[in-house]
Amino acid sequence: MKSGYFARTGLVIGLAFLYVPILSMVVFSFNNSRLVTVWDAAHSPTLKWYVALLSNGPVLRAAWLSIRVAASAASGAVVLGTLVGFVLARFGPFRGRTLLSAMTTAPLVMPEVITGLSLLLLFVALEQLIGWPRGRGMLTIILAHITFTMSYVAVVVQSRLAGFDESLEEAAMDLGARPTTVFFRITLPLILPAIISGWLLAFTISWDDVVVSQFVAGPASTTLPMVIFSKVRLGVSPDVNALATLMVLVVALGIVISSAWMHAVTKRRERESQLASAGS
Amino acid sequence: MQALRKHPGRRFVVAVPYLWLSVLFLIPFIIVFKISFSETRMAMPPYAPLIEWRDGVIVGIKLYFANYRFLFTDRLYASAYLYSIKVAAVSTLWCLLIGYPMAYAIARSTAAWKNLLLMLIILPFWTSFLLRVYAWIGLLKSNGVINNTLLSLEVIHEPLTLMQTDFAVYIGIVYSYLPFMILPLYANLEKHDTTLLEAAADLGARPWRAFLRVTLPLSMPGIMAGCLLVFIPAVGEYVIPSLLGRTDQLMIGRVLSDEFFANRDWPVASAVAILILVLLVVPIMLFQRVQKTELEARP
Repeated sequence: MKSGYFARTGLVIGLAFLYVPILSMVVFSFNNSRLVTVWDAAHSPTLKWYVALLSNGPVLRAAWLSIRVAASAASGAVVLGTLVGFVLARFGPFRGRTLLSAMTTAPLVMPEVITGLSLLLLFVALEQLIGWPRGRGMLTIILAHITFTMSYVAVVVQSRLAGFDESLEEAAMDLGARPTTVFFRITLPLILPAIISGWLLAFTISWDDVVVSQFVAGPASTTLPMVIFSKVRLGVSPDVNALATLMVLVVALGIVISSAWMHAVTKRRERESQLASAGS
Repeated sequence: MQALRKHPGRRFVVAVPYLWLSVLFLIPFIIVFKISFSETRMAMPPYAPLIEWRDGVIVGIKLYFANYRFLFTDRLYASAYLYSIKVAAVSTLWCLLIGYPMAYAIARSTAAWKNLLLMLIILPFWTSFLLRVYAWIGLLKSNGVINNTLLSLEVIHEPLTLMQTDFAVYIGIVYSYLPFMILPLYANLEKHDTTLLEAAADLGARPWRAFLRVTLPLSMPGIMAGCLLVFIPAVGEYVIPSLLGRTDQLMIGRVLSDEFFANRDWPVASAVAILILVLLVVPIMLFQRVQKTELEARP
């Protein structure tokens, strides 16, 4: 089935639309001029914005905070999101199921200003009521990020589980395995790829969040997106281009490595199944 | 799975995420609703309590409607509200017009191309959203890449005003949300049975007619999911209009955040949040239905 000229032309233009801005950021990160978008051919390419970036204390401190927040939030989100995805895919009907599934899908589309405001008001009310969490900072950012990233994990895990029928798990239970054993020995290995990509997704979303963090962060905790946002509100600045280039580099490397790894895993599985069928 | 359905640990497994989401997702909305009826005051927290307690007995409940009355009388809020709906609707339409042919072309390409193209669609999503919006400042501003290129090609003689316009906001939203449109559309189009189109062609239908009568109706769930995934968050969008948008016409997300941070008026910010939710409750419920059928009706 051919897709026709129209759709294919649209695809090429659309991909150009997606990539030209990213490429322009990368190119201008090597530009000598402070004017960012005016190419200074005489003195470029240069690495001076990278040097400036990597010697900028507040940026580095904010990046370190963001890494710790994103890693903790992603780990929390993976635990809770996997539970939700598992419950929704495997538990059948139960009381309160509709509410649980509503509370899981709504955060996917909820405007960030509303999530941020409502969580901040919760933290303030809790502090008044029970004295915890005392003030706002890294802890409140992590709690907020877990809440809106766990939905993404739940969706990924649930759709992975929907792709498998329950026969393996049923067989294990028929053989007398306890439900917890079945979960850890059968279900968990099956959904491990979904859990890994859920963790990475949650990490990326948390690492990138500026709106919710602005609401729930205390004065002493500034994440990297908050620093970038206040920098770029004042206009373009060349070291932000350098930062963007570094992030694109990390993501591209990560994707190349992970797809090579996936490729190797599939190859090995194919070989094993060939050996198995040859041996029988 | 009968054993699992009766296992005593089952309750615990359900209770943990239930409790988390109730405390951090459901209750916060009740608090927002409550505070939207409070009176602003100069204190920390900057709102008056609704319920007066004395010795463990409720002695009075004071509902303060002035926040809402204020929102309905001041033109600023109504215009921000309507402007946000317009921006979100126009952006959603553009996303659909650009995303549909892309999703269609990917769904109809060979398996090897499919994976590569999908990866190319998802890749920008993994890089920072904030920085991708920032990239457009460099392209759109008066001495930016687009103007410089057009000037040097002598297509134009004066730089165009592209920044701080509606156009810039549309570009920003379409650019950031395009993958959210393409992925559900692709998931839907990929499942279509192409023999239906062959049957239509055999019966003499021209390709466009077959598309309009067969493919388009079949892809309605994908269109719904994609449009809702773009429209709902776009209504409350804050970062894109702040960086690229007009300064004389704010979007409602910006109004909420200004009330909160600049004016420190938490009750009015809460009332704005409630009004946004009132607008979005039907789209959110629709999205849940689409999402539910997508996730549960798998083989």
